[in-house]
Amino acid sequence: MDSALFPKGVKRCPTWQFLLWIGAVGIVLLWGVYAMLLCWLKGLNQTNMNDYYGFALWIWADLAVIALGGGAFFTGFLRYLVGKDELKNIINFAVLIGFICYSSALLILAIDIGQPLRGWFIFWHANVHSMLTEVAFCLTCYFGVLTIEYLPLILENRQIDKVPFFHNLSHNMHEIMAVFAATGAFLSFFHQGSLGGVAGVLFGRPFAFREGIFIWPWTFFLFTWSAAAFGPCFTIFLLKITEKITGKKLVRDSTVWLLAKISGWMILTYIIAKTIDTIYWLTVTAPSAGYGVGFFYDNWFYNIGWLVAEIVVGGFIPALILITKKGRQNPTALFVAVLLGVIGVSINRWVMVLQVMAVPVMPFDTWALYYPSWQEVATTILPVAYGIILVSLSYRYLPVFPNEVELNAAPEPEPLPEADEDVPAEAAAAQA
Amino acid sequence: MFPFGFEWIWDMSHLVFMGGLWYALTIIGLGMTYCVIKAVVDTLQGKGAHHH
Repeated sequence: MDSALFPKGVKRCPTWQFLLWIGAVGIVLLWGVYAMLLCWLKGLNQTNMNDYYGFALWIWADLAVIALGGGAFFTGFLRYLVGKDELKNIINFAVLIGFICYSSALLILAIDIGQPLRGWFIFWHANVHSMLTEVAFCLTCYFGVLTIEYLPLILENRQIDKVPFFHNLSHNMHEIMAVFAATGAFLSFFHQGSLGGVAGVLFGRPFAFREGIFIWPWTFFLFTWSAAAFGPCFTIFLLKITEKITGKKLVRDSTVWLLAKISGWMILTYIIAKTIDTIYWLTVTAPSAGYGVGFFYDNWFYNIGWLVAEIVVGGFIPALILITKKGRQNPTALFVAVLLGVIGVSINRWVMVLQVMAVPVMPFDTWALYYPSWQEVATTILPVAYGIILVSLSYRYLPVFPNEVELNAAPEPEPLPEADEDVPAEAAAAQA
Repeated sequence: MFPFGFEWIWDMSHLVFMGGLWYALTIIGLGMTYCVIKAVVDTLQGKGAHHH
């Protein structure tokens, strides 16, 4: 029914099957939208946040998707600015994932501010002493850049591309995409960093506070570094899931291996820096504020296992798998590595948002363990459902994977050897 | 926020923050304006009409 909209030469599932899939995910989406409307119409009393615990579950989700969406800016940086041309085969998918992540992040912020109609206040009445102002500026601008990077893909839809103006617009946007990619890398550097900076400057929260250079705590650089390192892991992780669901090979192995290798070295260097930062914080920064090594992990839930999971399981292990040729070229090991990487950076954002709030800071305080309300859970799952729907629609109707046709072409039967002019036809057939 | 707004102060924080925002928006805006205008000109010149 909708086959005229498919990219040229590809096969897609029947319409009824696609609609059934979208419908199933759509139910989850509607559940999230219902919870979102409750938060907007009834207020933030729908959450379990309070004056003591001001960061909801969705703030973790916000920081996590921003880090995981870092694959878009870093892949764009490598493709357009460093000149890794091989990555052109995966850049569309990386942009799509980045677009989903950043639109989700903005949606979460729109829910979190409680009164979205006043969202523009942050631009017009900007508090120029807040790192979060910089985050809001850069997030919004970078979402604009991602939209510009995603737009040509939409314009390349088989039917839209037939309109000369759209064809020309898409062509022109591709021509100067390096300018947009450079702007995106600039914006990403600052907002990823400022998100880390927000935690690092909290001198009243010794779990988060870090020293640094000039106005920037070390967490500023660690957040940017980790987003660039783990973002590509998320791109590869989702690519492998998409390939599994569709039963097709969508990107050449050589492209995936190149991205995995770069990601591996970025993770390794990041996790070494993170380890040094952690050791310095535990042995110098925290003791100078009167806190012992074990204080921050002296809880049944927030125990030392979080630190081990973040640095060893979600850091060193994926790094060591990805930097070795044997590791990244083994499909199972590659999948395990990117999955661990995704979990590792998500744990990092979790502890830097939620554990920061949970650790007691006053002598009379106790650990503040927070349980999200169902509305918070639903609005956190909402972006996942939205992402699945957008990936499904893009895969069905847009040329996201330029090598799909060639990688999934049915193998041609081996041709008979050419008949030698001196050999009779029967003898040639016998040779074959 | 613009310099003619009542909240504006001529200090480094305002210049860096708001200057950075305008800088990024200007690049994005000029880039897109260039693409759209060139697409209109190309279309009027008949480019892209017979690429199928």
